Amino acid sequence: MADPAPFINWSLLALSPPGWGSVLLSGLFNSIQIAVGGYSLGLLLGVGGAFGKLYGGPIVKDLMECYTTIVRAVPELVLILLLYYAGTDLINQLLALGGLPSVDISGLAAGIFVIGVVQGAYSTEVLRGAIKAVPAGQIEAARAFGMSPIKVMTRITLPAMLPYAIPGLSNLWLIATKDTALLAVVGFSELTLVTRQAAGTTKAYLLFFCAAGVLYLALTLVSNFFIGIIERRARRGLVEAA
Amino acid sequence: MIVMEQRDRQKCRTTKNQGNCFHAANLDVSDAGDSPFMTDEAQAIAVTDLHKRFGPLEVLKGVSLTANQGDVIAIIGGSGSGKSTLLRCINMLELPTAGSVSIHGETIAMKKDGRGGLMPSNRKQVERMRAQLGMVFQSFNLWQHMTILQNVIEAPLHVLGRPKDEAIATAEALLRRVGLYEKRDAYPAFLSGGQQQRAAIARALAIQPLVMLFDEPTSALDPELVGEVLAVIGDLAKEKRTMILVTHEMKFAREVANHIVFLSQGKIEEQGPPDQIFGAPKSERLKRFISSIH
Repeated sequence: MADPAPFINWSLLALSPPGWGSVLLSGLFNSIQIAVGGYSLGLLLGVGGAFGKLYGGPIVKDLMECYTTIVRAVPELVLILLLYYAGTDLINQLLALGGLPSVDISGLAAGIFVIGVVQGAYSTEVLRGAIKAVPAGQIEAARAFGMSPIKVMTRITLPAMLPYAIPGLSNLWLIATKDTALLAVVGFSELTLVTRQAAGTTKAYLLFFCAAGVLYLALTLVSNFFIGIIERRARRGLVEAA
Repeated sequence: MIVMEQRDRQKCRTTKNQGNCFHAANLDVSDAGDSPFMTDEAQAIAVTDLHKRFGPLEVLKGVSLTANQGDVIAIIGGSGSGKSTLLRCINMLELPTAGSVSIHGETIAMKKDGRGGLMPSNRKQVERMRAQLGMVFQSFNLWQHMTILQNVIEAPLHVLGRPKDEAIATAEALLRRVGLYEKRDAYPAFLSGGQQQRAAIARALAIQPLVMLFDEPTSALDPELVGEVLAVIGDLAKEKRTMILVTHEMKFAREVANHIVFLSQGKIEEQGPPDQIFGAPKSERLKRFISSIH
């Protein structure tokens, strides 16, 4: 009597072919790259957006309002399709106008851009709230000692608002790690897409989607560990409520 | 000097752009060496005909005040008399609606903001002026994310560009002086109000200011903590440090100040040496004010 096929064929996860382990890991690596890049871009946009909304002139304020409203109103999947296909098209048309050859936008660059734009809108609101939570006297004291607006921002406002921003920002980071999965629709080989390929090829759906789930979970747990460290450091000057 | 000021004002009227006007005046400094922008060196602060309006409310209605080197001026008055606003106009935390402020003989250049008020025409100049004024706030306003030592070295390092070891040495000496050397690595939120205010005084002293500005430094303190802060301020007054002090502590003002300014309804109602102001007040309002606090 032949051995029954094992319920789960773990060898499919081996790192070397015919196992798909290394493919999954490189998908995870791509996802992390996009998440880190997109999140960083989003933070930059968010800082600019928040300061623009709080201290900018009427035009800047309106522009920021449009940005956050539109981006937060449109489903991310639609935005990704729009920015990826329409964005590439637009760039190439502009290049054609200038008499330049068309370019292929790399999936990585496009992914980072799209996630960044989406994250920027949300982090604008998170940071705006956090900046408003900084006691006005701290900023006033900085101005009273002759700090320039840039110095006030980098030395006082940003570090002082951090404890208020971290809960919101860590949420956004975790969302960013999982938003990368949406890039599967534009054919970027991030974790979800390669998982689907592996599962489709081997028909071991349960195994591969569970494996992907475990990888996402691991990413979240590691993130939480570092978020905890950052948060403790940011809150060092605050008296904790008992 | 007055003649030259008038001449300059005329120049301002003729040139629509006030920024240009200031520039032209600056050239005068190098040309003549005797410009209205470089007046009496002994004059630490000169406030001229200062007006401040918050919407329909006119808080200051033309206040002029001069502080010479070594002066300790106490500004007293009821709440809403405009004392804090006056102090905050000196370092442009509040922008005056009209009037001028000079620090060490240099006038802060202002231009019209288009909404009936004034704004500084040169941000850099205001920042340079502010770095010569050590401000102590009612609510301390220490930076919560920095230790006491970091608070004290922040402006010397990042505004004045002093070397770090020098800034730390100065800061530690100042913290010793206000009795907080042991607390230098603590964060402000873990200190008492009195300790925080003493740290804030050390922070203001660390920039080696021309003038110290105190905005009701003891008003936010529990009564038993007022003494330790007043002791530090009294010490500074003894060493002839130029100070402008907005306070409700009348007994203290009488002890340390050499000049008392009584503000009432946005105007200087009466000013003079402490014995005259507290001992022989002339105006009815001041008499009433003094009798109300005793």
